[in-house]
Amino acid sequence: MHEMSICEGILDVLKEQARAQNFDTVKRVCLEIGPLSGVEIDALKFGFDVVMRDSIADGATLDIIETEGKAWCFSCGTAIVIGERYDPCPKCGSHQLQVTGGEELRIKELEVN
Amino acid sequence: MCTVCGCGEGEVRVEGKDKAHGHHHHDHGHHHHDHDHGHHHHHGEDGSLHYGAGEAGGSVPGMSQGRMIQLEHDILAKNNAYAAENRSFFAGHGILALNLVSSPGSGKTSLLVKTIEMLGDRLKSYVVEGDQQTANDAERIRATGAPAIQINTGKGCHLDGQMVGHAVEHLTPSDGSVVFIENVGNLVCPAAFDLGEAHKVAILSVTEGEDKPIKYPDMFAASDLVLVNKIDLLPHLDFDVEEAISNARKVNPAIKVLKVSARTGEGMDAWLVWIMAARGMVLAGHPFGTAAE
Repeated sequence: MHEMSICEGILDVLKEQARAQNFDTVKRVCLEIGPLSGVEIDALKFGFDVVMRDSIADGATLDIIETEGKAWCFSCGTAIVIGERYDPCPKCGSHQLQVTGGEELRIKELEVN
Repeated sequence: MCTVCGCGEGEVRVEGKDKAHGHHHHDHGHHHHDHDHGHHHHHGEDGSLHYGAGEAGGSVPGMSQGRMIQLEHDILAKNNAYAAENRSFFAGHGILALNLVSSPGSGKTSLLVKTIEMLGDRLKSYVVEGDQQTANDAERIRATGAPAIQINTGKGCHLDGQMVGHAVEHLTPSDGSVVFIENVGNLVCPAAFDLGEAHKVAILSVTEGEDKPIKYPDMFAASDLVLVNKIDLLPHLDFDVEEAISNARKVNPAIKVLKVSARTGEGMDAWLVWIMAARGMVLAGHPFGTAAE
């Protein structure tokens, strides 16, 4: 359940941004989350509602952009897409992979008033 | 604790002290879900629920008059900043920090006790103990003579950079020493939280399943070393060590594996060699590297 900590982290960022960029309420939060970030999106959505309640982002819409898991296969020298860390290369079956994308866990943009 | 969400904010204790860092309280009343929560898990043919298989989606800004702010802000940036402070402290003092992660019951504390006893005078050891409750583990460590501090995370499922920074302030480890951070027994959440350690070391005991590395891939991907513990029990079990190692390498081709038994001491020498080598890497080029030996 570290999704709750993640939501607390999001709210901290929103509060900092509200001071820095001079806004009062957040209407929409857009996150970018990769399949290898270790975050469960359903749990995050649940945590988001709970944590944002009575804050500057009370009732804010949560949009999530899910990115792809990407890796480089050392065996066949190909850039590939993976769903899980233990997936083999779809071209040659090797597990000698270097993950190059899919670990994103970031706030992409906000819609504020 | 909030019984709805499981949130344990404000319950973190560093051995009896209330942790005085700011946290906010959210409403623990009734939670209305006004907006649509789409199903994000997929149902497999065998009836298993598979989360995280959603297709990459796009986002279209709403039709409202709101102002758009492009952020590109890493959500874990705050923890990473605390971790970077810890890392800089450890580097400045030539301290090797190891983050020990595993399921509950893998034998982390027993392994640590044995390790500290075997290191003896060769290397001064300090321990940060993370558990949801009780100071039992810190007491077990202190019995070896090593200074230890217990962090109780309350309902929290992992240690974070700030908790560890706070604990290390109280521990005041000496220059050139080793700090073992025994994380909360949990193979999921601690993977995401950098504590400023040099290496994560995953402990997998042979009473668990061989497929644990692929069931909990993030942790094994984040670790540099796996200690396969309790190997003295192998004759009584069907555990296939080679299969477990092969699974760990599927998620992390570069991971090192050592087979140990904290109870009989088998394989512990190799683990100590690994610790001293890791410490050598910390001390290499350090102003007092030679003096600390």
